[in-house]
Amino acid sequence: MARHWWKALAILLLLYVIIAGFTVKIPIIGTNGQSSRGLFFHVPMWICMYTMYTISIIYSLLYLNKYDLKKDVIASSAAGVGTFFGVLGFATGTLWATYTWGGTLTDDPKQMCTAIAILIYMAYLVLRMSVHDLDKRARISAVFNIFAFALLIPLTYIIPRMVDSLHPGSATTPGFASKDTDGSMKTVLYPAFIGWTLLSVWIFSLVVRYRKLQLKNIFK
Amino acid sequence: MINKAFSFCLTLALLFISVLANAQQQNTEKGAVNEFFRSNDKIYVIVGVLVIIFLGIVLFLINLDRKIGKLEERDRHGS
Repeated sequence: MARHWWKALAILLLLYVIIAGFTVKIPIIGTNGQSSRGLFFHVPMWICMYTMYTISIIYSLLYLNKYDLKKDVIASSAAGVGTFFGVLGFATGTLWATYTWGGTLTDDPKQMCTAIAILIYMAYLVLRMSVHDLDKRARISAVFNIFAFALLIPLTYIIPRMVDSLHPGSATTPGFASKDTDGSMKTVLYPAFIGWTLLSVWIFSLVVRYRKLQLKNIFK
Repeated sequence: MINKAFSFCLTLALLFISVLANAQQQNTEKGAVNEFFRSNDKIYVIVGVLVIIFLGIVLFLINLDRKIGKLEERDRHGS
């Protein structure tokens, strides 16, 4: 039971985030109104996605180092869970944009580039399904994963900062980002980051354990 | 196992329907808890809804975690 403490921490933090996310006092600015509370649920989806994709690229590199199939199982599971959270983040973002930006799919660079980045990772998952030989699948997809991660960072971090974007945090320098968020919102936002990330790691660990059981005859 | 869970859910559903059939009129009960849930345009009702959904997902995850753990245990000792 003692090794499950982080799962209990995730549940407690997320319960706090759900309750405090609706009760904490927030500044009402512009067209956002009360929808600024979406910050506690929309942004953590992206943190989860980046965490999962970072785990994925690390294990893809480790796979290419030693050609150990277990590393490939971890890399592909992380990419799958990361894409799941990416789609959730994109869906919540489009709903939010419908009522604040005046359009569900606008020509906003952050929205467009993020859609491209998620599609590249979906291509990774489709590519895996198209190769049946396990070793060949692992090698090809590990190389593709490096390409996908190398595009993820410029698409979602660099390009939206170089051009004008409606998205908060874009088109400004990251150095001032800590001054953009009100103090009362930070008391919920940071626990939300930790809680949601722990939840995504939990789901990811379940997927990995399931896949390892599925392939136990090959690993022995 | 599945049969037991299914019959439990069915009983619960029937119980809810019979309770709902009796509670057609608007709930006007007083008290601190009821007042709290009605304040701020009843937004706290939806907070409660989210808490229930989240706890449901968490229970599902805990259950899945234990099931996979049992399979791993059987795998370690069995073969």
